Amino acid sequence: MNVTINGETRSVSAGQSLADLIAAHTTARSGVAVAVNGEVVPKTTWPDHVLEDGATIEILTAVQGG
Amino acid sequence: MTDSFKIGDRSYDSRLIMGTGGAPSLEILREALINSGTQLTTVAMRRVAAGTRGSILDLLAELKIDVLPNTAGCLTAGDAVLTARLAREALGTSWVKLEVIADEHTLLPDPIELVDAARTLVDDGFTVLPYTNDDPVLARKLEDVGCAAVMPLGAPIGSGLGVRNPHNIELMVAAAGVPVILDAGIGSASDAALAMELGCSGVLLASAVTRSQQPGLMAAAMRDAVAAGYACRAAGRIPVRRFALASSPSRDESPAF
Repeated sequence: MNVTINGETRSVSAGQSLADLIAAHTTARSGVAVAVNGEVVPKTTWPDHVLEDGATIEILTAVQGG
Repeated sequence: MTDSFKIGDRSYDSRLIMGTGGAPSLEILREALINSGTQLTTVAMRRVAAGTRGSILDLLAELKIDVLPNTAGCLTAGDAVLTARLAREALGTSWVKLEVIADEHTLLPDPIELVDAARTLVDDGFTVLPYTNDDPVLARKLEDVGCAAVMPLGAPIGSGLGVRNPHNIELMVAAAGVPVILDAGIGSASDAALAMELGCSGVLLASAVTRSQQPGLMAAAMRDAVAAGYACRAAGRIPVRRFALASSPSRDESPAF
């Protein structure tokens, strides 16, 4: 199935957890937050969050700005 | 002047809030932040690049500076609210510098989306510091929905044009029940001092320091300018006169001892 991570479409295996997907995308654990389909998903629930086909995932962190 | 600067439930000694955008390197930013004396500094929330981590957070933690996430780049209330919520999750702070801009060309705030986002975030428990136009009526609306401060622009972001409408800033200060923080447009130390002399409670700036020739030196200049402007306001300046008033007496008026 396909999901969109930070604007890029990726093929992932069905049943993959959000925690696995984030681990594959970045090694950062602090200062990172994730939204799936426009809703914040708290870090504590990443392992239990099973992705659905077509999900849009945004992984954000703090950068210099403002 | 040692009066502390109160925003929401916090109290700061420094009235200079720094931004971190535009610095040529983390080393230069580090020196600038130290010299500025700031205790509250903004960061932006952006898509994480694969394999990287945000060292700006490490720097702020090392310097014991509170982090103030912003919603820079958001064009709608919905985007800004989601970004604020992501920042709260990522950084563990419910404080947000709320920015909702109308377009990428002017970077001016969209007042309708701004008030809408501010109301939603206040209701969600955030301490909201909105970047706003220098409009006294809009400032009142933002205060009415529960913002902890109002942060009018002096001039467009990054322009260095200073405080273009001092009268409006004075009107906002006169009416506001929350701190007014001059945000955006500062170019020189005199701009920062003027903002404080007009009665602002603080100044937020980034480019004026980070894009200067010597950010460390400029940061110290801004620190001193904010402190001087605040002291000047508190001291009460002399009235402006149309004609001269001799400072030397016409005869000996020394008090007898």
